[in-house]
Amino acid sequence: MAGRTRTNCTDGCARMIEVQSLSKHFGPIVAVDDVSFAVGRGEVLGFLGPNGAGKSTTMRMIAGFLAPTGGTARVCGFDVIEQPIEVKRRIGYLPEGAPSYADMTPKSFLSFTAAARGLGGAAAARHIGEAIERTQIASVLERPIDTLSKGYKRRVALAQALLHDPEVLILDEPTDGLDPNQKHEVRTLIREMAPRKTIVISTHLLEEVSAVCTRAIVIAGGKLVADSTPLELEARSRLHNAVSLRLGGIAAAAARERLAALSGVGEVEIIEATESAAALRVCPRNGHPIIGEVSRLVHERGWTVEEIRVEQGHLDEVFRTITAGRG
Amino acid sequence: MSKVLVVFRREFAGYFTTPLAYVFLVVFLALAGALTFYIGNFFDRGQADLQPFFTFHPWLYLFLIPAISMRLWAEERKSGTIELLLTLPVSVPEAVIGKFLAAWAFTGVALLLTFPMWITVNVLGHPDNGVILAGYVGSFIMAGAFLAIGACMSALTKNQVIAFVVACAVCFLFILSGTPMVLNFAEAWLPQVLVDAVASFSFLTHFNNITKGVIELRDLVFLGSVMGLFLYANVLLVELKKAA
Repeated sequence: MAGRTRTNCTDGCARMIEVQSLSKHFGPIVAVDDVSFAVGRGEVLGFLGPNGAGKSTTMRMIAGFLAPTGGTARVCGFDVIEQPIEVKRRIGYLPEGAPSYADMTPKSFLSFTAAARGLGGAAAARHIGEAIERTQIASVLERPIDTLSKGYKRRVALAQALLHDPEVLILDEPTDGLDPNQKHEVRTLIREMAPRKTIVISTHLLEEVSAVCTRAIVIAGGKLVADSTPLELEARSRLHNAVSLRLGGIAAAAARERLAALSGVGEVEIIEATESAAALRVCPRNGHPIIGEVSRLVHERGWTVEEIRVEQGHLDEVFRTITAGRG
Repeated sequence: MSKVLVVFRREFAGYFTTPLAYVFLVVFLALAGALTFYIGNFFDRGQADLQPFFTFHPWLYLFLIPAISMRLWAEERKSGTIELLLTLPVSVPEAVIGKFLAAWAFTGVALLLTFPMWITVNVLGHPDNGVILAGYVGSFIMAGAFLAIGACMSALTKNQVIAFVVACAVCFLFILSGTPMVLNFAEAWLPQVLVDAVASFSFLTHFNNITKGVIELRDLVFLGSVMGLFLYANVLLVELKKAA
């Protein structure tokens, strides 16, 4: 331990999770390849990536379930390999698939978790009560977990992660299998907790990233391929700031020619071409707003506009572009 | 130490929430009785002791202990709850010992429930109860050794059946290591010193004394070492699977 200072995180700690050059090899397979990032308090980090990209493996390494093959991961200053118990104390972890002890009831399962986390007596009861309330599982407390629906099972597992009010939450697909209402509730819960905690979630749902995350990391083929805010990622889409319009009484081809001639315009797609109307999408050359130019052109030409709107970038398009061929 | 208790409580209660415990106990007690009274010639011997009862314990344990231990780690792996367990602030040794103690305590319950035997022999004659007590203690310790083997084999695989079969096989080897079947094989390629060592691993040899109510230090050391060795291997296996 010579030369290594034990940095405990107090309120002033900016980097709750620090991952440097983290790698994981399963024999010849490289599951995680040299991933580095840091997350601070108040941040909600979204892990995006195709299936098998290495998201869950990375989370497992941070949570201390898998030992890294290379690199380091620190939580609140504690190294996951050197001081695993300290790390585990500070993390609430929801594993992929929300596993739980099938024969236990949510009540006994939460009691076990509380005891394992060193909570006793009145403190345990209070924490358990809060976790139950937040995840709204009060109605199924005494039923064996394997008789519960998928949504409830996930909420029980989430309750287990929240139980000890940890500083760091690592949630692997927290809304998977939940109906839209439940998804909304869980996302609201995450947003509520976010200012006081450091949260990492993994998800396939791009709407979740926009709804909940302050930052998004895209992992594909084990490598980190993007690390920015959801808005910045959206801006990478070629559709960002595109203008979709529906014109009446004009041939699509002619409209397209005129629009393509504008300086800020890159591509113009014809979405629909009928006798009486033309629907086009005008993409900017380099992401800058073109609505000004387009509306001036429309006005000059006197075209009849039935519909016009500016598009937000589509995350799924960005996602596809970034992760294409790397799955 | 308290974390060990937390794991212990969960695992021990877990045995009783399914029919597993009850089926096991009934089968164990029925077999123990059948073996003692019929094959052990309990009545014909005309002696007031429980030697025929204890003699069959290694053979009972051979099949029934792997049945208790097979789920200890294999089921956790299969259902994914191992990921929950190992991300709690509980160290691997604490988890291993907690589970082992729960299985051992359960075996203890099974042994305790054979008390009708003890009552029977006391009603029918005047046995040396100290000898009988020593027999129970010795049997309990031997069960612990079997369990340590079973738990270790459970950590090898996700499949409970494989865990069961492999545990049976290893226990079988240990029981029979003093017999020609195993020794002939050992003699073929080990020096005599090691062959003697293998012969001394036999559970049967060590247990023979125990059936007579004699608990020698040598037997305790042997059984304790087997327990310690396999528990240690258990910890290593669980850690290894994490790193894999």
